Amino acid sequence: MWHDAVLVAGKDLRIEARARVALWQVVPFAVLVLVLLAFAIGPNQSSLRHAAPGIFWVALLFSTVLAIQRSVAVESGEGTRDGLRLSGIDPAGIFLGKAAAVGLQLLLLQVVLWAGITFLFDVRVHVVWLALAASLLATVGLACAGVLYGALSAGLRVRDTLLPLLVLPVLAPVLLAGSKAWQAALDGNAASGTQWLKILVPFAVIYLVVGVVLYGPLQEAA
Amino acid sequence: MSAQTMIRRPSWFTVVGVLGVVAMAFTVWLGLWITPPDQFQGNLARLLYIHPAIATVALYWVGLVAAGGSLLYLWPRTRSLFWDRLAAASVEVGAVFAALTLVTGSLWGRPVWGVWWTWDARLTSTALLLLLEIGYLALRRVPADPAIRARRCAVAALLIAIDIPIVHFSVDWWNTLHQGGTFIDPGFQIHASPSMSWTFLLGFVAFSLLFVWFLGVRYQVEVLQDAIGDQELEVSLSERWSEDTDLVGAAASAPTPGPGTGAP
Repeated sequence: MWHDAVLVAGKDLRIEARARVALWQVVPFAVLVLVLLAFAIGPNQSSLRHAAPGIFWVALLFSTVLAIQRSVAVESGEGTRDGLRLSGIDPAGIFLGKAAAVGLQLLLLQVVLWAGITFLFDVRVHVVWLALAASLLATVGLACAGVLYGALSAGLRVRDTLLPLLVLPVLAPVLLAGSKAWQAALDGNAASGTQWLKILVPFAVIYLVVGVVLYGPLQEAA
Repeated sequence: MSAQTMIRRPSWFTVVGVLGVVAMAFTVWLGLWITPPDQFQGNLARLLYIHPAIATVALYWVGLVAAGGSLLYLWPRTRSLFWDRLAAASVEVGAVFAALTLVTGSLWGRPVWGVWWTWDARLTSTALLLLLEIGYLALRRVPADPAIRARRCAVAALLIAIDIPIVHFSVDWWNTLHQGGTFIDPGFQIHASPSMSWTFLLGFVAFSLLFVWFLGVRYQVEVLQDAIGDQELEVSLSERWSEDTDLVGAAASAPTPGPGTGAP
């Protein structure tokens, strides 16, 4: 399973490295969301600083949808999904591999977004470990839940419009807990931030386990 | 299985429907005319005869049937389209009840809390539940082979089911205005006059019976829809076949231009 996961993750990341869709489309989109939300809130520096964690997580969530759509699209052409299914690779391995590939991209994206909010909204992360822990846990949850829903919508003609409707409400707890944890990290209030990690941990664990169990049946249904 | 056997309704089912409607009528009568106005909230308290009952159906009954049905469908030994249709029916009825929960809560919240909507734990998680259910129904409408659609929808329903407690706990810490149990405290002491308590309990019975009835009707619609889908497919296939044979026949019977016909 682990070996298969590494193979699948390597394949997806190699495709990304060559196609550069994530780099030239997803990252600019995330930065665009930062700027647009800042326009919506207005130039007042203190309200922007207050909204910064929320803006960061909304941008991340929207970009997650794009990353998932990309991860599904990679498997949609020329019967690649059937090829993957026939290759004898463990479905759990495929799930873990695809989630790992999406997760790595999301981590890189968060570095860019963090630089973005630092530069645009003039905020500083005071409790670095809290922000890092929240980001890592949220990335696992986002990637696992996202890949699961990606598999659910794979092979459907209405995939592109259906996926956001299905996945965004599911990811809502990550948005809430993540932005609260980052708020605490920016304010230097570690104690209030740690309780939000208690949401992110079960979210990540549950979707990881459920994905490993359910990816097989889902793959057959696509 | 013919279409005739599919739409046969068991007699207990009709009984449940009639009982549900009668219980509902009694709840309305007792709730609006018989019970006294509340000591603090006046007539507003009458909304409480239906709101908690609707919410109970929307959260617990629907959750139980949808998650149970989906699990039983995914479990190879109990796999049957019956469970899939039951789960789908319960999500659709659940969406209606979740919407009703929000509407009745909102009507009550405006005069009592002073706002139509507040970002409270229960309200937010119910609203998210409604959105998740709408997503499930959208997924269900995507045309596919019944077995494939059933599997896809079962997974989606389970994913929704595990998300609900997470949503609930996450918003629980956020901001909370909605009260806990009012009529019955943790020690099962009832704080209301007898007529109020009975109306309140009757509301639960009425909405639960109606839920079972709606569920059954929706299940039958689901069966009929699948039957229509199969029938349409057969009809269009046979039409296509006859078109093809017509064309072949027409081509065969068309007069072949003989030598010399084109020449003046």
